[in-house]
Amino acid sequence: MQRLPIIVFALVMAAIPFIPGMPPFWIVLLDNIGLSALVAMGLVLLTGVGGLTSFGQAAFCGFGAYTTAVLTTAYGLSPWLTLPASLLVSGVAAVLLGLVTVRLSGHYLPLGTIAWGLGLFYLFSKLEFLGRNDGISAIPPLSIGSFKMIDPGTIYFAIWIAVLLSALLTMNLLDSRTGRAIRALRRGHIAAEAFGVQTPRAKLLVFIYAAVLAGLSGWLYAHFQRAANPTPFGAQAGIEYLFVAVVGGAGYVWGGVLGAAIVVILKEILQSYLPYVFGGQGQLETIVFGILLVLLLQLAPTGVWPWLMARLPLKLNRKRPDTSLVLPARPKPPTSVNVLLQIDNARKQFGGVVAVNDVSFDVQAREIVALIGPNGAGKSTTFNLITGVLRPTGGSISILGNKFNHARPQQVAKLGVSRTFQHVKLVPDMTVLENVAIGAHLRGRAGALSSMFRLDRADEARLLAEAARQIERVGLADQIDALAGSLSLGQQRIVEIARALCVDPMLLLLDEPAAGLRHMEKQQLASLLRQLRDGGMSVLLVEHDMGFVMDLADRIVVLDFGTKIAEGTPEAIKTNPEVIKAYLGAAA
Amino acid sequence: MLFLLQDGITNGAIYALLGLALVLVFAVTRVILIPQGEFVTYGALTYASLSAGQMPGTARLAVAMGIVAFCLDLFAGRRSLHLARVGRAFAVNIILPVVILALTSWLAGRHPPVAVNIALSLLIVAAIGLFLYRIAFQPIAHTSVLVLLIASVGCHLAMQGFGLVFFGAEGQRGPTIADAALTVGPLRFTGQSLAVYAITIAFIIALWLFFGLTMYGKALRATAVNRLGARLVGIRTSLSGQIAFLLASVIGAISGILIVPITTLYYDTGFLIGLKGFIAAIIGGLVSYPLTAVAALLVGSVEAFSSFYASNFKEVIVFTLILPVLVLRSLAAPAVEEEKD
Repeated sequence: MQRLPIIVFALVMAAIPFIPGMPPFWIVLLDNIGLSALVAMGLVLLTGVGGLTSFGQAAFCGFGAYTTAVLTTAYGLSPWLTLPASLLVSGVAAVLLGLVTVRLSGHYLPLGTIAWGLGLFYLFSKLEFLGRNDGISAIPPLSIGSFKMIDPGTIYFAIWIAVLLSALLTMNLLDSRTGRAIRALRRGHIAAEAFGVQTPRAKLLVFIYAAVLAGLSGWLYAHFQRAANPTPFGAQAGIEYLFVAVVGGAGYVWGGVLGAAIVVILKEILQSYLPYVFGGQGQLETIVFGILLVLLLQLAPTGVWPWLMARLPLKLNRKRPDTSLVLPARPKPPTSVNVLLQIDNARKQFGGVVAVNDVSFDVQAREIVALIGPNGAGKSTTFNLITGVLRPTGGSISILGNKFNHARPQQVAKLGVSRTFQHVKLVPDMTVLENVAIGAHLRGRAGALSSMFRLDRADEARLLAEAARQIERVGLADQIDALAGSLSLGQQRIVEIARALCVDPMLLLLDEPAAGLRHMEKQQLASLLRQLRDGGMSVLLVEHDMGFVMDLADRIVVLDFGTKIAEGTPEAIKTNPEVIKAYLGAAA
Repeated sequence: MLFLLQDGITNGAIYALLGLALVLVFAVTRVILIPQGEFVTYGALTYASLSAGQMPGTARLAVAMGIVAFCLDLFAGRRSLHLARVGRAFAVNIILPVVILALTSWLAGRHPPVAVNIALSLLIVAAIGLFLYRIAFQPIAHTSVLVLLIASVGCHLAMQGFGLVFFGAEGQRGPTIADAALTVGPLRFTGQSLAVYAITIAFIIALWLFFGLTMYGKALRATAVNRLGARLVGIRTSLSGQIAFLLASVIGAISGILIVPITTLYYDTGFLIGLKGFIAAIIGGLVSYPLTAVAALLVGSVEAFSSFYASNFKEVIVFTLILPVLVLRSLAAPAVEEEKD
C-alpha cells in the first residue's frame, strides 16, 4: 500500500475549509460527496470485490439515520452514544436480510435487494414512530463539549475523518487473509471452498460490512441535515449509490470516493444548468444520468479510477515476503495408517446418466496413482466426489480413516487433501502470490477485525512466506508479482499446484496438470511430483498424456463410462486388453 | 371477499403479462428488464394522449432512437457496407418510425376509433422497445448479468425522465376498450376486466405456441440456452434479442392500455407495476412461464387483500412477499458453479 498519496490527500482535504474565500456551497458539496463515498465504499467491497450486487444500500443508510433520529429526539440520548446503536441496527438488519439473500445465486441477489429496498422504504414512510412521510426533524447536531457542529464547514471534518478511516480499514481488510477470501468470491465458490474458505460466511461478512458503512453514512447524514425523512433512503437512492460505485470503478476503494465526487458534482451541474438549456421541464437530469450510465458501461465498464491510475506514473512497489518465516507443518499421520484415501462403491448419477458407477480404489501413503480413461469416463466427477464438490448418490469415501457419505469441501481441505482444477480457477486480477496464499487460508488465524486494524501482520507474513516458498518450489519465482490472468494457461496450472501445496497436503489431487505444458516443463513437473512423493506426500492425478503417466505413476486406475475396468502397474495396464479396447475400440 | 379476489385476479393478470415478458427477455438476453415499467407507462399514456386528441411525444422519441440505432448499425457494419444491408437498416430504423410519426400526427386530433389508437400506441412502443435493445444492450450483450442489469437501470432512469417530459406530472386515464358488463351471481364483471382476462390468456397461449412451434421461437430458446452455440448454428443472436425486446415492449404496452381505463397512471407508475411483475417472475424463478402466471395471480390477490385490510402497509406487504420466496429458493439452491466474468 502506498502511504504517501493517502497522507497528501488527507492533508489537502483538511486544508480545504481554511482556504480563504472558499464558497460555503462547495463545502456542502464536499460533505455530500463524503456521505455518498462511504456508502459507495461499502458497495465496492460488496459488488466490485465480492461480486454481490445490492440496490438496497440506501435502506441501510435509513436504518442508521432513523436509529439516531429516534434515540436523540424521543429519548434525548447524546449523538455520540447513538453512533454504536446506529451501526449495530444497520448491522443486525444486514444479518437478517443477508441470511436470506447472500446465498442466492447471481441475479436473484440484486432483484431481492430491489424488493426489500422498496419494502423498507415504504415501511419507513408508514411507521408512526418514524414520523411517516414527514420523517423526524430537530435532530441535535454533533457536539464536542459546548462546540456544536452545526454548519457544513464543521461537520465536514467528522464526515471526511469517517471517509478516510473507512478507506484505510477497508484497504487493510482487502490486503489480508480474509480479504483474499472475499476477493475470491466473485470467481465462484468452488475454488475458494476447496481451500477451506467458508464462502457463505465471507459473503455475509461483506454484506454486513457494507451495511455498517451505509449506516455510518446515514448517522452522519441525520446529524448533518438535522432531519430524516424516507426520500433519501428509497430505491432511487439505492440505484444511485450503485451508479456511484460503478462510475468510480467498482473494484477500487478510492473508486468509490472518486465516483461520489463525479456523480455529486455532475448532478449539481445538471440540476442547475439543464433547465437553462432545455427550458424548465423538471427531472431532465435523470434522463442525462440514465444515458450517461448506459454510455459509461459501453465505453468504460471498469470505471474511471482504473482508467486514471493507468495514466498516472504511480508504481506499486510490492514487498517481497520474508521466506525465513515458517508455518507449523501438519502433523503427519502415524506410520500405521497406510491408506490415505479409500473409495468404496462410489456412485454418481445425474438424472439417468451414471457418471461414476460403483467405483472402488484406494491411494496409499507415498504413492502416485493415476486415474486415466477416455473423455467422459468420469474422472473429474470422481475428483469432485472425493473433494466434496458433488454429493455421491451412493457409496462412501474415507479420508485417513474418516468415513464420509458427503464431506464438505472445507472438511476435506482440513484433513489435508488439496486439489487443482481441470478448468483453471484462479482469480485473474490477483497476483500469483495472493492466489497461492489462498491455499494457506486454513493455516492462518487472523479474522476480519484484526486485519482491519493491522493486528494480523505476523500471521499474514507467515502465510505469504509459505506462499512464496511454494511458488519458488514450482519454479515460478519470476512471476510472483504478475497478475494470475496474465500468465499462460500452462503456467496457471502450475500456480494452481503451488496453491494446492500451500495446504501442506497429505494427498494432492491434480486434474490434468500437464495439459498445456511444453516437454521440458512436463519433465520438471514429473520430477517435482516424484520429489513430493519421496517427501511423504501422495498424489492422485488425472492425465491424458500417456507418456507422462506411464513414466510417473506407481499405480494406474482405468475408468471407462464411469466403471473401473482395470487397475495395476503401468506395465500391466499397457498390455491389458480391456484398456486397449476402451482406448482404441474393439477392432484393435 | 369475493370482490377482493376478483380485483386481485384482474391486477394479477396484468402482473402475469409483465412477468411473462420479463421471463422472456431474461431467458433470451439475460437482461433483467427494469424499463418494463416504462413500456407500460408509455403504452398507457400514449394511448390516453391519442384518445384525448393529443400528439404523444413517444412517437418523436421513436424517431430519435431510430436515428441513433441507424448510426450504430452503420458503425457496426462499417467494414462491409452493402447496399442491401444499409437499405434494410434504413427501412427498419428510419422509415418505420418516420411513417409511424407521420401517421400519428395525421391521426392525432381526428379522433380515430379506439382500435386505431391502440394499434398506433402499440406500434410506437414496439419501435421504442426494438431500438432500446439495439442502442443500449446489443453492444454489451456479451457482458455479465450485472453489467446488463445496471444498464437496464440506466435505461429505466432515462425513459422515466422522458416520460415526465412527454406526459407531464399529471396522471391520465384512457377510455375503456369495452363498455359491456356481465353479472354472474354477486359478481359484476366489467367489459374491461373481461378484456384483461381474455388478452392475458390469449398471450400465454400465443407465447406457448410461438416458442413451441415456430422457427423463431425455437431460435429464441436456443439463444437462451447457449449464445455461442446458437451463433454457430446460424442464429443471429442480436435478432433474437430484438425480437425478445419487441415482444416485451408490446406486452408492456398492452398491459398499460388495459389498466389505464381502470386506474390513473402517472409517468412513474409503471416502475411499481413492473416491479410487481418482477416479484411474480422471481417466484417463477425467471424461467417458468406457468409458475410466473400463477405467482402473478397470487401477488395481485395479496395486494388486493392487503390494500383492503392494511392499506398503509400494502406496498410493504407486497414487496416483502418476496423474502419467503427467496428463503425457499436459497434453501433449494443447487450447488452448481456459475462461471462469471
